[in-house]
Amino acid sequence: MALWGCLAGGRGVVEALLSVRGLRKRFGGLAATDDVTLDVRPGELHALIGPNGAGKTTLIGQLTGEITPDAGHVVFCGEDITRLSVAARVKRGLARSFQIVQLLDDDTALANVALAVQAQAGHSFRFWRAAGRDAGLLEPARALLEQVGLARHDTRVADLSHGERKLLELAMALAARPQLLLLDEPMAGLGAAESLAMTETLRALKGGLSILLIEHDMEAVFALADRITVLVYGRAIATGTAEEIRANPAVQDAYLAEELAP
Amino acid sequence: MRNALPPLAVLLAAAIALPWAAEALGQPATIGLATRILCLGIAAASLNLILGHGGMVSFGHALYYGLGAYTVGILWEHFRLGEPIFGVIPGSNELLVTLPIAMVVAGVAAAVIGALSLRTSGVQFIMITLAFAQMGFFLFVGLKAYGGDDGMLVRRRNIVPGLDLRDQNQLYWLCLGFLVAWLLLQWRIVESRFGRVLEGIRQNERRMAAIGIATYRYKLVAFIIAGMGCGLAGALTANYLRFVSPDLMAWQKSGEIMVMVILGGVGTLLGPVVGAAALVGMEYVLGGITENWQFFLGPILLAVVLWAPGGIMGLLGRGARRG
Amino acid sequence: MSALVAEQLLNGLQFGIMLFLLAAGLTLVFGIMGVINLAHGSLFMVGGFAAALVAQASGQWWLGLLAGLAAAAATGMVVEVVVLRRLYARDHLDQVLATFGLILFFNQGITMLFGRQPLMVQLPQGFSGSIEIMPGLPYPSFRLLIIAVGLLVALGLYWLIQHTRIGMLVRAGATHRDMVRALGVDIRALYTVVFGLGALLAGLAGVMAGPLSNVQVGMGEQILILTFVVVVIGGIGSVRGALFGALLVGVTQTLLSGFVPGWLRQVMGGSEADALGAALSSMGVYVLMAVVLLVKPRGLFPAHA
Repeated sequence: MALWGCLAGGRGVVEALLSVRGLRKRFGGLAATDDVTLDVRPGELHALIGPNGAGKTTLIGQLTGEITPDAGHVVFCGEDITRLSVAARVKRGLARSFQIVQLLDDDTALANVALAVQAQAGHSFRFWRAAGRDAGLLEPARALLEQVGLARHDTRVADLSHGERKLLELAMALAARPQLLLLDEPMAGLGAAESLAMTETLRALKGGLSILLIEHDMEAVFALADRITVLVYGRAIATGTAEEIRANPAVQDAYLAEELAP
Repeated sequence: MRNALPPLAVLLAAAIALPWAAEALGQPATIGLATRILCLGIAAASLNLILGHGGMVSFGHALYYGLGAYTVGILWEHFRLGEPIFGVIPGSNELLVTLPIAMVVAGVAAAVIGALSLRTSGVQFIMITLAFAQMGFFLFVGLKAYGGDDGMLVRRRNIVPGLDLRDQNQLYWLCLGFLVAWLLLQWRIVESRFGRVLEGIRQNERRMAAIGIATYRYKLVAFIIAGMGCGLAGALTANYLRFVSPDLMAWQKSGEIMVMVILGGVGTLLGPVVGAAALVGMEYVLGGITENWQFFLGPILLAVVLWAPGGIMGLLGRGARRG
Repeated sequence: MSALVAEQLLNGLQFGIMLFLLAAGLTLVFGIMGVINLAHGSLFMVGGFAAALVAQASGQWWLGLLAGLAAAAATGMVVEVVVLRRLYARDHLDQVLATFGLILFFNQGITMLFGRQPLMVQLPQGFSGSIEIMPGLPYPSFRLLIIAVGLLVALGLYWLIQHTRIGMLVRAGATHRDMVRALGVDIRALYTVVFGLGALLAGLAGVMAGPLSNVQVGMGEQILILTFVVVVIGGIGSVRGALFGALLVGVTQTLLSGFVPGWLRQVMGGSEADALGAALSSMGVYVLMAVVLLVKPRGLFPAHA
């Protein structure tokens, strides 16, 4: 179960929930991740920003386990998870949402979340009882959908709007009851109203769990982030609060100053 | 499922009554044909579990069919000769012994082959399952003691307390019973938590990993269950045909079983049985007209794939909903 | 090394070359177009049949060669345009079933036209004898020709893939299909070229196989499954892997079937030993594949990132 992890079980309170040290990944001649070091503290919302091609996707891949780094370590709750599989990391409390939604298109939103709830509950080698009517799965699923603000529970994913699918992505990640949520551009493709709604939903999550947020939407980033790390050409060039980042000349070089304006 | 119950009940009643109807109409050969359809239906249904629900395109599924059949054949042969296998395992002509052993043999083979093959996916997986089945084919071709290329007669059907399987009607009803039991089991599996995971793996394996599902073990378990079902089908077939040969596990047979699944309707409960009936029916009807009926089967198959991907069940409006 | 072992090694090399001709096309089609084409063996068969018929009718093996190549390439192009094009966007199951339907169609078609009896094919004039390549080892010159042709093709493919623009697109397409599309390359033309090349090579293999093992219905599928093993061992999308895998499989299969029955005959009766020996040597290649997969699930030289 993900709830007891870092803060219990004899590990005590840890300094950093997620600790990335010296992470490197090359693809042919290109250093996609170049000696990246960063921390996510318990309870914080840490944003990861950077221009396109900065290597954010590759970094996320190494944090979630889809990509194996060439060098460096990823430590979660004091445990080195660098070589752990994707599913094993989720079981330890590290969940993510996908930038390009990865959903089960033939099923309803409710069925999608119910499956995520089922996976978290851990009893999937059951062969006889029907899962589609199991209240123990459906009720938590409905609660999660309400928490993210998705109303059309019984609609097939193929028939949902883009904004609704992004909400569903978030619900799926939350179903894993994570301690650290990796959100990969949850606002991508959302309209103004939807972005505001998503920002509020994320704000409501703060404090209960830690979030590493990758985003281009600077309004949301500055509204939500406790700390920000800037990634450029695979290197983390600066980490700090919103003010520190805005004032940082290296960051201003990488981005146009106007992009950083509130 | 609730509102499907009345038509299913009618269908079942008709299936039970088939032998009497066939005899009354003076067409007793139909019963044999129908028995073949039932056995192949179990094989196709078992493939549908991993293919239609799990998305695993196994092109070597007939291996388990052949293994099930050969288990019955080999146990019979050693029973007939009075010599135990490897000097230790006695032969048997009792269905209550041979059927479970056939399923275990098929299951163990599926476990070993699945463990290896499921480390791959996509095109590789298809080729590897095909290759392993081919390996089994060559093994049995080389076993002259069990007939080799020519196959082996199983002169008498297995015995079961309470039934006389020499009566083709009783064998038919036995096979019908097993088909119904297997379909019931498969229906429950598909609706269960395990089945939901399997469907999820079919639709988006990456997503399943992201919610914490270690997909490999679920695929392997499904693969083993499917192998055991196919072994059951093979064992019943050996009893029906009273003959086993390596052709039962040849790549053509794997292809046939797959064709049945697609013809009937991938991912549906009855589709595989409907497909088996369609294919056997086509062979019977078209084969009566020309020896080269497969020349027409090719384009028919192409047409189904391109324009009627839901198969016959899809055309009847009862297809699986696919995006 | 004894003449017997040398002869078997050469046979293995020659068989491996044939497998390479088939595997190269197959692996490129898999790697670049993402399509599994079971009917690749049918192109092998078509090439063999066309060559056998024209050679018989004209008395000239070389005319048969041309006819075989032309028939295979033409059939390949028709198949690509009529069937395969519609399958690129489909999932693997659809591709397997559709091309399985093609196999049935081609096999039955050939049966209807030419019957089930194998067609004998004469060795070409000038290559029906042997050359003494080692003292005490006369080796059929036709097999040497196959080896030579195969190595030439391998070199040609290497040059094509490494040093031409089309080759660059092929390499890029094998690793990043979407990127090639995004570059604005006419992907359909590229696909047709790749498929046509594969068909040509398959037809060449079929033509060369004729004098060695006769031409008959179903010849395509036996060798196709072995070709799959080669592609799996070598790695999908990699021509280098196809060459390596083909030689490995060819030599293994030949050595096993050359020596295992002999060993078995020392412990069991003649016909039983032969049958089991043939079976075990056929199985050997699959065991090899299993071992490779245990260590490298994506093959020895996988092309995809």
